[in-house]
Amino acid sequence: MNANAENVIEVTNLVRKFGDRTVLDEISFNVHRGETVVIMGGSGCGKSTLLRHMIGAMKPTSGIVKLFGEEITMMKERELERVRLRFGMLFQSGALLASQTVGENVALPLLQHTDKSVDEIEEIVKQKLQMVGLTGFEDLKPDEISGGMKKRVGLARALALDPELLFSDEPTSGLDPIMTAVVDELTLKLTHGTHMTAVVVSHDMTSAFRIATRMIMLGHGGIVAQGTPDEIRNSPNPEVQQFIHGEADGPVPLNLSQEEHEGHQQVKPRPFIAARDRFHRKTA
Amino acid sequence: MKNYLQLNLSLLYWILIAPFTGQFFKIGPIFRQMVAIGVRATPMVALTAFSVGVTLAMQAAHSLESLGAEMYIPDLVMLTLLREMGPVLIAVIVIGRSGSAVAAELGTMKVSEEIEALEVMAINPVQYLVVPRFLAMMVMLPALTIFGNYIGILGGWAVCRFALDFNTAGYVLRALESADTWDLYSGMIKSVVFAWLIITISCNAGLTVEGGAEGVGQATTTSVVQALLAMLVMNAVLTGIFFFAA
Ligand SMILES: Nc1ncnc2c1ncn2[C@@H]1O[C@H](COP(=O)(O)OP(=O)(O)OP(=O)(O)O)[C@@H](O)[C@H]1O
Ligand SMILES: [Mg+2]
Repeated sequence: MNANAENVIEVTNLVRKFGDRTVLDEISFNVHRGETVVIMGGSGCGKSTLLRHMIGAMKPTSGIVKLFGEEITMMKERELERVRLRFGMLFQSGALLASQTVGENVALPLLQHTDKSVDEIEEIVKQKLQMVGLTGFEDLKPDEISGGMKKRVGLARALALDPELLFSDEPTSGLDPIMTAVVDELTLKLTHGTHMTAVVVSHDMTSAFRIATRMIMLGHGGIVAQGTPDEIRNSPNPEVQQFIHGEADGPVPLNLSQEEHEGHQQVKPRPFIAARDRFHRKTA
Repeated sequence: MKNYLQLNLSLLYWILIAPFTGQFFKIGPIFRQMVAIGVRATPMVALTAFSVGVTLAMQAAHSLESLGAEMYIPDLVMLTLLREMGPVLIAVIVIGRSGSAVAAELGTMKVSEEIEALEVMAINPVQYLVVPRFLAMMVMLPALTIFGNYIGILGGWAVCRFALDFNTAGYVLRALESADTWDLYSGMIKSVVFAWLIITISCNAGLTVEGGAEGVGQATTTSVVQALLAMLVMNAVLTGIFFFAA
């Protein structure tokens, strides 16, 4: 095997347009085995879209995505299925099957892809649910549990086949600080213990710095900054600083409303949005 | 249209070819769908078929009495039910009740990313979702049609027995004498073809939904309209082939 075998994911010059709007523009990065890469960036900047391309759910306008050294962008559905058995994905919405119970959702990949007996599968389901702190919820339907619980069931399902690669889209949004820590610990345990590779989209800076071995910040369709957590923390880029400290006032364009562009509409100043407030004072 | 043909091809693959490569369909989901699509529709089918049987007998009585040919009422009820009314009206009920439900269910799954999640788990949505619904429909629509035919004949009997002066044995004998097996089979062939049309159109409408809850509503309506049109046109074609061209 060559040196490339170390790269679990290779994204090269990925471009994605919706109509004439370019959401991802010439994105390139690699993810090595055992890394935990956190992808961050403002809401709507294309993080979920980037994940969708990495799992082969969307085809890029141009560019290449390789998983485990194989290019997936041109693959037929049948070949893609083979690659998909090697990774798990937690969707931003959880994407649980609404007609099945929590237990059945977690059991689904095991029932479909393994020859394990019902008893064995039940045991694994129990264990996976326990890992995400949901022991005893097997028999509830997805609409009987909370949003944060759905996320955790989704995570349990993504981990059902013990994947070597995990994608998770905002695994900790909607979770309380303690549960966030539990999920982070789980990610750490898996990446350290079983050398799982993880790509995590997160807005939650505490959680991101806790788990990341590398961070990538997206913005304006491209990569604004990337590096180790320390490099990001000490980045001179004001946009990065604004993002990780969560300040409203800074270089990141907010696009809060149309009024900025029209300029003539009188709106009530909202003191908690410093950037806009200042704007209105200036134009008044 | 391209999606619809693709769905049919992949359905054929999963039903005819995949079992020989060791990927059998699971029985559990098929039975669950048979209950959802078929068994739960029986009360509505029964009511419809009974009303149709009664109506047919009354209309037949009205027209045939003036010719002094009341004895042919059972013939008319029987033949109309077996050949036309049975397969068509029961298909209408199943489209309205089960076809729309399938389109709405799959559409909701599509917009809530469940279909995408299945694909990412390397589970083929056609194999996992469409095949059980398809097989259930192919069994249940003909079964409901036979059931409906019985109930319709019962409706005709009710009119003949209580409003006209037929006796039960006379009605049954006359009815059985009038119909031959081809009348039954032609109705069955129709309902098998209708089942295919209904379930593939509904599944296709569901799987191609775009644009949230509104899209699901639209797809459901479209699936009902398309299935009705396809079914009625196909009925004319099949009647032409079975009873006209031959
Ligand atoms: N199917 C689609 N059709 C058209 N535009 C889309 C589609 N999917 C995403 N977009 C656009 O791509 C952009 C990025 O969306 P995406 O969901 O990737 O954002 P995100 O970074 O995950 O945001 P969030 O943090 O809120 O989840 C958005 O502007 C969105 O409008
Ligand atoms: Mg997102």
